[in-house]
Amino acid sequence: MSVEMAEMQRKNGIPPISFGEEVTGAEALLRCLILEQVEYIFGYPGGAVLPIYDSLYGSYFKHILTRHEQGAIHAADGYARATGRPGVCIATSGPGATNLVTGIATAQMDSVPLVCITGNVPQTLIGTDAFQEANITGITVPITKHNYFVRDVRDLPRIVKEAFYIATTGRPGPVLIDIPKDVANAVAPFTYPEKVEIRGYRASVVPSDEEVQNFVAAIQKAKRPVIMAGGGIIAASADQELRAFAEKTRIPVINTFMGLGGFPGVHELSLGMPGMHGSFAANQALLNADCVIGLGVRFDDRITMGRTKEFAPNARIVHVDIDPAELGKNVSTAVTVAGDVKSTLEKAIPLVAACDSHAWIKQLKDWQQKQPYKYKTDGETLKPQAVIELLYRSTDGDAIVATDVGQHQMWTAQYYKFKNARSFISSGGLGTMGFGFPAAIGAQIAHPGRTVIAVAGDGGFQMTNQELAIVSQYNIPVKVAIVNNQCLGMVRQWQELFYDNRYSQIDLTCSPDFVKLAEAYGVKGLRASTPEEAEAVWAEALAHDGPVVVDFRVAQEENVYPMVAAGNTLDQMELGEE
Amino acid sequence: MQQHTLAVLVNDHPGVLTRVSTLFGQRAFNIDSITVGGTEEAGLSRMIITTGGDDRQINQLMKQLHKLIDVISVTNLSANSYVSRELALIKVSASPSQLAELKGIVEPFRAAIVDVGPSSLIVQVTGDTEKIDALLVLLQSYGVLELTRTGSVAMARSIVSATAVATV
Repeated sequence: MSVEMAEMQRKNGIPPISFGEEVTGAEALLRCLILEQVEYIFGYPGGAVLPIYDSLYGSYFKHILTRHEQGAIHAADGYARATGRPGVCIATSGPGATNLVTGIATAQMDSVPLVCITGNVPQTLIGTDAFQEANITGITVPITKHNYFVRDVRDLPRIVKEAFYIATTGRPGPVLIDIPKDVANAVAPFTYPEKVEIRGYRASVVPSDEEVQNFVAAIQKAKRPVIMAGGGIIAASADQELRAFAEKTRIPVINTFMGLGGFPGVHELSLGMPGMHGSFAANQALLNADCVIGLGVRFDDRITMGRTKEFAPNARIVHVDIDPAELGKNVSTAVTVAGDVKSTLEKAIPLVAACDSHAWIKQLKDWQQKQPYKYKTDGETLKPQAVIELLYRSTDGDAIVATDVGQHQMWTAQYYKFKNARSFISSGGLGTMGFGFPAAIGAQIAHPGRTVIAVAGDGGFQMTNQELAIVSQYNIPVKVAIVNNQCLGMVRQWQELFYDNRYSQIDLTCSPDFVKLAEAYGVKGLRASTPEEAEAVWAEALAHDGPVVVDFRVAQEENVYPMVAAGNTLDQMELGEE
Repeated sequence: MQQHTLAVLVNDHPGVLTRVSTLFGQRAFNIDSITVGGTEEAGLSRMIITTGGDDRQINQLMKQLHKLIDVISVTNLSANSYVSRELALIKVSASPSQLAELKGIVEPFRAAIVDVGPSSLIVQVTGDTEKIDALLVLLQSYGVLELTRTGSVAMARSIVSATAVATV
């Protein structure tokens, strides 16, 4: 350990680490986590991780005891998305490990750095169908960036070092370390490698000057250029570079769902989100552009609608991504840069000039003004969109907002104009219901001083609402806004539009009284059923120094518009009722 | 759909074959044949995999393979001139009295009869896939009781410079 690091640790109250002394695998693991500057661990104990939890007893770490392993991993995920630092969770063998699976797949799809530690049965029992045995490394091969089964305690420090390196470099992702109980108990002299060497692994790639020149040349002559900025901007912390690049080139910016917050939603060059529930202006921009500049995006099927040949029909596509496999995966591209988007933009900014985009921007502004996101209101019914507008207005776009999955998620993406990167936390790729509330808890733990809102539907909230116990136990002041339409709204919408109003298994009227549910956990519960009540109750929730659950009773038969139906192209947008 | 032969250099660790084969399934590719064995360097294995797809699909597959941490490099051997060999053992229904006749059939293929029993014998043949297929057709008339083939082992020709080989 360097002198600087030792000094930093002393300042931060981190215990000093001594090397060379004989320690158990469990103790070695915790020392590794300290050396990786981990502060919070989200987890749940059990038989196979007893040695690790014994080492944790009275240790430096702040351990959050979630009430389900899925809560632990989503909270670690929310922590990681809100900070850019790797989230860490621990689960026991068998069911503990398999309960992490949804969370691991969620993180993998959205490129979130996680280090997941699981226990396993002792190696003498591996393969015998022992009690609480599951082949978690086998199960998670397709949903992790990498995983490890630790066979020898002497390998453990190197594996932990590699796991953090792999999780956080290149395109980030989840890494799982499975530690059988005998390895956690085995003793070895503690060491920690200084460096990681993984042959053939591409960490971060700075593009060559030639690649950047080609990139600049491809966009500079465009008359109708548009930037489509994705989650890669946020992962690379390139939001400032994106802003400088867009302002210097005068190229308007679309933020994909995963990219929301990567460019200020209220910026004059911002067009909002594209795709299935995207803005009219953003989709028109893609349809009419002569150059689409994809920055840290993957052209997924909620944007291309799976009709990749017809996507951006008039445009040359220029694509920058840290993952070479994304280049040319979904759409045909004219120019590609396989590199880190931050260093690409840093190198490009001095080389670019303003594009001749004046008429184009005027056209886009016109579309934006004529077709904003809109909904009908009678002033009496509480509309779900109005709830999101209220959340936005009351926090001025500065809150961290974690959502669940469904209609409320789309309305949040539409009506909450995010100012900052890492403030919109949502399961974009996997679309994991139950994600929002625990993810908000992780984000709040990372940012205790900020307003953190969990927006959830009445469906998704019930998938992980047991974590009310931890907001109560640790007094985590998350504000939960349940957009309660007493049904599975997005499923209802599709059944209305595409299945002839045959509403099959969407009725959630027999849900608990969410106010009483909150109170049962010792959490403040509030309810609003009209626009006036919503204003008053939400003000009370924000003013409350602690966690709150607000049950917003909203109109049931409300659909998310605009909408491009599955199978259609972006020019076939349903704009909703006038 | 074209046939491609990929050489995948991997760490010789437990579970690496699972990672590679899972990726093929995950990305909707089929492994037509696979051989795995040691290499010139201790600790590494080389997988020779034959699979089908157009150029864009194969390019995508190669890049996805290369993202696996245990994969060190991926080379599309079929993008250039390469040598490919397969080995087959073919158990043919025949009595020892037919030995001379069968020798006459297998010899032009440089194949050998490596075992003779009272009612069957085993032919061993090496070569490319087409050659083995051709010999099989001839032996079908005697009755093929059992067939086992290795899948291809392959290597770029020496004359192909390293830079000309499509590697990710």
